[in-house]
Parts: sequence; structure tokens; C-alpha cells
Amino acid sequence: MLEVRNLHLSFGGIKALQGVSFTARAGEITGVIGPNGAGKTSLFNAMSGFYTPDSGQVLFDGNDITRLAPDARAALGIARTFQNIALFRGMTVLDNIKLGGHTRLKTDVWSALRYFGAAQREEIAYREEIEERVIDFLEIDHIRKLPITMLPYGLQKRVELGRALAMQPKVLLLDEPVAGMNREETGDMARFILDVQQEFGTTILLVEHDMHMVMDICSHVVVLNFGHQIAEGTPAEVSANPAVIEAYLGTAV
Amino acid sequence: MINGNLKATYAADEQVLNNAYKRAFVYGMALLCAALPFVANDYIILVAAQMGIILIAVVGVNVVIGYTGLLSLGHAAFIAIGAYSIPILHTLFASLGVPEGIMPFLAIPLAVAISALVGIVVGLPSLRVKGLYLAVATLSANFIVIFLIELDAMAPYTGGFNGINTPEANLLGWQLDTQREMFALIAALAFVTILGVQNLFRTRVGRAFIAIRERDYSAEVLGISLLRYKLLSFAISAACCGLAGALFAYFYARILPEQFELVLSLQLVAALIVGGMGRTMGPVFGVIIVVMVPELLKYSFGIIAGGSADVAALRAPVQEIVFGALIIIFLMFEPLGITQIVDRGFRSLNRWPFARG
Repeated sequence: MLEVRNLHLSFGGIKALQGVSFTARAGEITGVIGPNGAGKTSLFNAMSGFYTPDSGQVLFDGNDITRLAPDARAALGIARTFQNIALFRGMTVLDNIKLGGHTRLKTDVWSALRYFGAAQREEIAYREEIEERVIDFLEIDHIRKLPITMLPYGLQKRVELGRALAMQPKVLLLDEPVAGMNREETGDMARFILDVQQEFGTTILLVEHDMHMVMDICSHVVVLNFGHQIAEGTPAEVSANPAVIEAYLGTAV
Repeated sequence: MINGNLKATYAADEQVLNNAYKRAFVYGMALLCAALPFVANDYIILVAAQMGIILIAVVGVNVVIGYTGLLSLGHAAFIAIGAYSIPILHTLFASLGVPEGIMPFLAIPLAVAISALVGIVVGLPSLRVKGLYLAVATLSANFIVIFLIELDAMAPYTGGFNGINTPEANLLGWQLDTQREMFALIAALAFVTILGVQNLFRTRVGRAFIAIRERDYSAEVLGISLLRYKLLSFAISAACCGLAGALFAYFYARILPEQFELVLSLQLVAALIVGGMGRTMGPVFGVIIVVMVPELLKYSFGIIAGGSADVAALRAPVQEIVFGALIIIFLMFEPLGITQIVDRGFRSLNRWPFARG
């Protein structure tokens, strides 16, 4: 579904990614793990179009999208969330989520200026759709009219997932969806991620530090360390891999 | 947020005027505008017409500064382009033999379109620079446009420093030769402009503008093209200013380049800040204040001066000080402007008597 081939990315002398290759398989949850500074977020930025890699390719459904701008990738059906929540803070939850559907909606400037007619029909149909598919689904109906600034951190993360879901994406890139959450919030978020995969068949790729969650919900795990891909496989294979154990715990004395 | 707006359908929830008080307020104001030409005296009509012209421009400025978050200090340039288009186009039409009664129907849309195109050009720096840098870039656009208008080579068309006489609007034989008649046209077009811009922000187009203001990289990830929407925002905003300019030309008998200098751009921004940025009613409240302040000053100085030229000469600087103080006071104590105060009033009204505050 979404594939990276031999990706290299550097910033001056810092080699952020050195030959990363893997495939996020359709309909599955793939985890990307690694210690701090391993290049996980750089990988995501290269996949969503904010960085152009020095060499290598990003493929989506077999098409090369390496040089496509972020908004063009979004139009293809690639959604992402950010590690440090990138919601529109001055807007309500509902308006944030509505923005997710931007590329799917058809209203142009001329019909928007008139509003009554086609634009209004589309808006109301869209509102009904996101109420069911996103707001009910993520159990955030009690906060839909609140501005983002009034929400606790855990709920903000959930709203950001909701905004990505409103895109009805084919691939969902989640950058540390449970960072800074307590155990209960983590459990909720893990359940929502599994629900998304099962209900909508979305391909999910997630970067995460919470090993328990990665091992529990991912079917496939990629391990990065200092820009190198040091292991890939099922959670069980990866956690038994000596290179992974060394990267996380160091070598035995 | 408890606001007492309880709705049973999504269609009802999507309404803008979502309670009886707001409806009463807006319909009441519309009715007042409609009645004004029949009841008001000449002075009130003159002030109201001036308000209407500036209002249309501020609605445009609101799109780019208030909603898209791009600071522009050059919008007087678009008003100038709209205004100068009218006498130039009328001369052109006259030479083509276009009947006078249909000239405004061609000239106004053309003036708006020309302004929008110039707006796109002026908006180009917004793709590279933000904040104060963009403010300076748009500011220079203001100076360049005025410079071009005053240029000797352009004098045969624009009248140069001396300005140019402007035609009266003739709508299918109805000669708008009084300010009262012009007010009716201005009020109608102001209403249409506010409605159109308000409608934008009920759909994906307007939401995209707000998304760019709030966090541009997030907007990109959602598939919003910054190039397209920033330029669209400038185009819509310049179009509104172009319309204001066209009406300005029809309203006054003569236009001068100095009327469209930086002071006007600042006045537009001041009105927006006082009224409330990024809100539909912001420009309305802001323009009322910005146009009323000089009028009230004129009135009070008339009483104080009592014919003394020395005191009367102080009016212009005092006016600048009052404007500056207004902006500072609003930014410090009510950054969301008068709209926020009015909103609070509506919320209390709507919740009364079940909740207070």
C-alpha cells in the first residue's frame, strides 16, 4: 500500500535516514519504533511530503509520490497526525473535524458565495456523515462545540485522530498517538486505533514509544536506530532480535 | 460552552442566526438601512453612505487579515484601483458607444475583476513571507499603485496629482444624482457583500482560510493548497475593496490620489481591530466607530472652538490620537473587538433566566 524504498535523508552533516525500506501492508497496523533521534518523525515527514529525501522513493499504491507536495498527498488519501498536536486551536472541535473532509468536498468559491442550494446540501450531508463516522465513533459528542483550548491533552489527541478520519484516508500515519498519556488514556486510544482498522479497513502506520501498545496492536514492526533500519518483522521476532535489544538496552557487560 | 442553543436537526444547528435575538438584531438593522433613505436627513445619509463604502472594503480586509491571518497594510491600493477604473472605463465605453444606462453594470464588475487580479499579484509575496514582512510587502504595493496613478505618463487617464472627475451612476436610465439614491445602491451592495463573505465561511472554502491562519502546515496535511487559498483570499479581499472603490467613484464627484494613501489602509485595519477580526459582524461595528469618531470630534470641536481657528486646527492630530488610543485599548482589553462584547450580551440574553453571566 504505502512503501518506502531505500530512503536517504540528511540535514547538513546529520544523516537522519540511511537506507530505510519497508512496506505498510494494506489493512494492517505497522509500527515504527526506535530510540529518541532514530529518525522516526523524519521518516514520517518524508512520507507526508514535508521533507524531500536525498535519494530513495516513497510509493503509494505502486505510484511514485516522492516529490509530491503535502496537499497533493492528502488528496490521494494519506492522512497524518502530529507528535505535538497540530489542531487549529482557535476553532471548535466540530470545525476542526470538518476541515478533515476538505479534499472530498466539492463546493467551489462561486457556490460557496451563494451557499443556499448545492453548498448547503453538501454541508448538511457532510455534517451528518462526520457526526456518525467520526464524532459518535470516537465518543466525543459531548465536546463537539468546545474550542480546542478548553480540552485536556488526551481528548485533543483524539480530536486530531478524528480530523484525520474525516478525510476517510486510505493510509493513516500516526506520530506518537499516545505520547504523554496515562495508562487508561493509552488503552482508549489503542482501542480506537484498532476500531479504525477493523471498521474502515484503513492501513495504519504508527510511530510510538509505548512498547506495550506497539507489541499489542501492530502486526508488523520496523525498528530504526540512528537512521538505520536495524530490524523488521512481527512483534515477537523484533523483540527477540539481538540488535534491537542492544539498541534499547545496550550490550551485556 | 452553555449558550442555550439547543437544536434538533443538523440543518438547524448549521444556521448562522441560531436564536431569536440574533435574528431580531440583524433583521432590525437591515430594516433600519432600508428605511433610512426615506426618513433620515442629508447629513445622516452622507455619513451612512461613507460607512457603507468603507464597510464593503473592511469586509474584504477581514477576509485576508481576520480569517486568513495574512497581515496586509496595502488595501487602500485596491480601493484606488476600483475607483480609478470607473472614470477610465466610462471614457472607454463612451468611445465604444455603450449606452450610459448600462455602463455601471459593466464597469462595476470589471472594476471588481481588475482589483481581484491586482490582488492576486500583491498576494504573491504571502507565499514566501509572513507577519510583519508581509505587511511591509503589501505596504509597498500601496505606494507603488499611488505612484503609478500620479505618474505623468498616466495623467491623461488618471488626472495625476490633480485627480479626476468621476461620472454619476445611471442604472438603466435611473440617474443616481443624489446621495440618497447612491446610499440605496451602496447599502444594497454592502448587504450582498456581507452575505456572500459570510456564506464562504459556512463551507470548505472559508474553513480552509481559517485553517491557514491557525496552522499552515496542518492545513497542507489536510490537502489545502497554500498557494491556491492564499491567493484566493487576496483575490476575494481585493474584489471587495474594488467594489468599495467603484462606489466611492460614483458617490463623489472627484477622486484624488491622496485619498487612497496609507492613512486609508490603516483606517481599514483600525476598523477591523475595533470591530473584531475574523467575525462577520466585526467590520460592521468597527466601521460605525471609525466613521463616527471623526464626526463626533468635528461636532465637539465645533462647540469647543466656537469659531477659533487655533483650536479647530487641533482636530486632525487629536483624531489620529483617538484612533491610536482606540486600537491600543481594544488590543489590550478586548482583542476580539466589539463583536465579542455583543456576543457576550447575546449569550446572557439567550440563557436568561436559567443561567447568568
